[in-house]
Amino acid sequence: MTFNCRSLLSIEELSRDDIELVLETAWRMKEVGQREVKKVPTLRGRTVVNLFFEPSTRTRTSFEIAAKRLSADLVNFSASGSSLSKRESILDTAKTLDAMDPDLVVVRHQVAGVPKRIADVLAAPVINAGDGAHEHPTQALLDLMTVREEKGEIAGLTVAIIGDIAHSRVARSNIHAFSKLGASVRVVGPATLVPPDIERLGGAAAGAVKVFHSLREGIEGADVLMALRIQRERFAGALLPSVREYAATFGLDRARLRFAQDDAIVMHPGPVNRGVELAHELTDHRPSVILDQVRNGVALRMAVLYLLSGRSSLPAPPEAQSE
Amino acid sequence: MTRLLIRGGRVLDPASERDERADLLIEDGRIAALDAAIETRDAEVVDAQGLWVTPGFIDLHAHLRDPGQEYKEDIASGGRAAAAGGFTTVACMANTDPVNDDPAVTRYVLGRALQHAPVRVAPVAAATRGLEGRVMTEMAALVDAGAVAFSDDGNTIMDGEVQRRVLEYAKMVGKAVSVHAEDRTLVKDGVVNEGPISTRLGLPGNPSVAETINVARDIALAEMTGAHLHVAHVSTAGAVGLIREARARGVQVTAEVTPHHLTLCDDMTLGYDTNTKMAPPLRSARDVEACVEGLCDGSLDAIATDHAPHAVYEKEVEFSAAPPGILGFETALPVVLELLRAGRIAPLALVAALTCNPARVFQLEGGRLARGAVGDVTLFDPEREWRYDPAQGYSKSRNSPWAGKKLKGRVVATIVAGELVYHVDRGVRDP
Repeated sequence: MTFNCRSLLSIEELSRDDIELVLETAWRMKEVGQREVKKVPTLRGRTVVNLFFEPSTRTRTSFEIAAKRLSADLVNFSASGSSLSKRESILDTAKTLDAMDPDLVVVRHQVAGVPKRIADVLAAPVINAGDGAHEHPTQALLDLMTVREEKGEIAGLTVAIIGDIAHSRVARSNIHAFSKLGASVRVVGPATLVPPDIERLGGAAAGAVKVFHSLREGIEGADVLMALRIQRERFAGALLPSVREYAATFGLDRARLRFAQDDAIVMHPGPVNRGVELAHELTDHRPSVILDQVRNGVALRMAVLYLLSGRSSLPAPPEAQSE
Repeated sequence: MTRLLIRGGRVLDPASERDERADLLIEDGRIAALDAAIETRDAEVVDAQGLWVTPGFIDLHAHLRDPGQEYKEDIASGGRAAAAGGFTTVACMANTDPVNDDPAVTRYVLGRALQHAPVRVAPVAAATRGLEGRVMTEMAALVDAGAVAFSDDGNTIMDGEVQRRVLEYAKMVGKAVSVHAEDRTLVKDGVVNEGPISTRLGLPGNPSVAETINVARDIALAEMTGAHLHVAHVSTAGAVGLIREARARGVQVTAEVTPHHLTLCDDMTLGYDTNTKMAPPLRSARDVEACVEGLCDGSLDAIATDHAPHAVYEKEVEFSAAPPGILGFETALPVVLELLRAGRIAPLALVAALTCNPARVFQLEGGRLARGAVGDVTLFDPEREWRYDPAQGYSKSRNSPWAGKKLKGRVVATIVAGELVYHVDRGVRDP
């Protein structure tokens, strides 16, 4: 089985087989992180560039550790600010970078579509590390990995994604990801934060997405509860009345958890606003799996870097590769 | 005396409902004869066998970027592109630098056009000073200088009283007010039509109701003041419906629609190509259908290009930061001919939307083929196929969603006041 995409720009464009291949590869990579010497020579001599136009600590660090565990040379290229403020086109930035012959480029940008535009001009494969409210494919893949670890099979599960759906790239990627693997997806949030026609997202499995504006109804019988981070600036405009009302209507706590399945797990892409979308007591302990998500993120990103690096076969068992 | 004989073409003149094979003779800039067969000596002859011969196209909405943004376009390059697209008159918007809110700027535009443009240029002056929506311009002086209409275009006047007074005053000076009807408080940072496509793309949506609401407001004000309201680039089913109803009860409202809003849907934006970013945005298939119906039933008078040149590097930025707008002159004809080939619109109705209707809306010369009318004529081959390459075009800019596409229907010759200013084999002849 080979990975069919030159770049990883969205979950929407991935086939089920592509997703399975990434997950299978990620399992093998996870083992590397559990060793005493957490490093394999797989990408020795390859250059990975983190091209982050939007500040990020977690995702950038996760890619950085993933690249280093594969022995790649990693360069951070921080280019905050928009083309408008710098009077430089993103394609100029991309072409400049291309002239330095990187092997893989990880792009994050605050505007949807930028990784695709950059991928169109770069010789190297591009990994979308989050673009505006469009997609965050590695986050959805690590979420799939975590849910599979917890639940075994994804098909047949009910996944509730809760919060600011309109501005969330994590929500869009996860709607595509869980729909493709046969879960039924619910989006739960205030009417002002659920974008129009979200039910129609999810490609072949269209119609699998259901919208709820009541937290209780939305999580009733759900196996996976995924809370999204709500940005403070949403409370400054016309979208929401107050933090307090949001927490009271869409915040998850132990009491509300009983509407979900008894063995439901709680996920969050981080960083958590404690006491807003998640109660403090739900953040640190089971059924929360937030730190497992972070842990799996490194292995998953190792898998993506590896698969896009042009290596055609799966790596040999890690034991044989260690130096 | 210069004489030009256009021989053997299919002559379509919607003003007289003529559609027949005929010869056309232009003498000293005016149409001298229109007959089945004209025999004359000493005339330059243009062979129109197999071609359609129509009044020169009139564009109510273009951005020539001159003065101030000549790196995008200027009156000469824009005029050449217009000629190559079959346009003999183009109305140019006031959002230049400086803004055309002063008779000196209006005279500058007309002076440059006379010297450098192969086609007629009709300046639309600003409705308010600096396009700021607060203090109205000296409309009487602007009309004296040559302004044909008033518009703040993309800077929609959001203050209801200012809009009312602008309409009242423009009525007094006998000119139309063209509006980019969009409630900016609803558009906010929206860059694509709000709906399934904006949700999929993760880009901020611009709801169609933003247009409908301002069209409703402006129609109410036009009804109250009795002024002539012209709605620019209609893009929504809601706006088409409101305009249709208003006309039925006698409100003086006219409207234009662009070739792109008649043929392209918001799903064009799925690849994040900034050459699919316009204002108003490309809408849903249902809106496109409503615009076509509006054009066919006469609710929308004119096809206008909203020719909006931008430099390549200005478009090579993230979608949200890219300036909206696309080139329009050189692709307008083949794009709208799609509607004809699909059987959606009759030949005379389509030609009317490019000629006599826009002439009527802004009270411009031209738009008809009759003895004594100005000798502005366009010849085109509706079947000729060609590949559009903006780099080979006449505009200074290249921002077009049709770049590299095969188009069907091509302007063969453009005649302004009896002068052959463009021929497809010989290019543009500058003044």
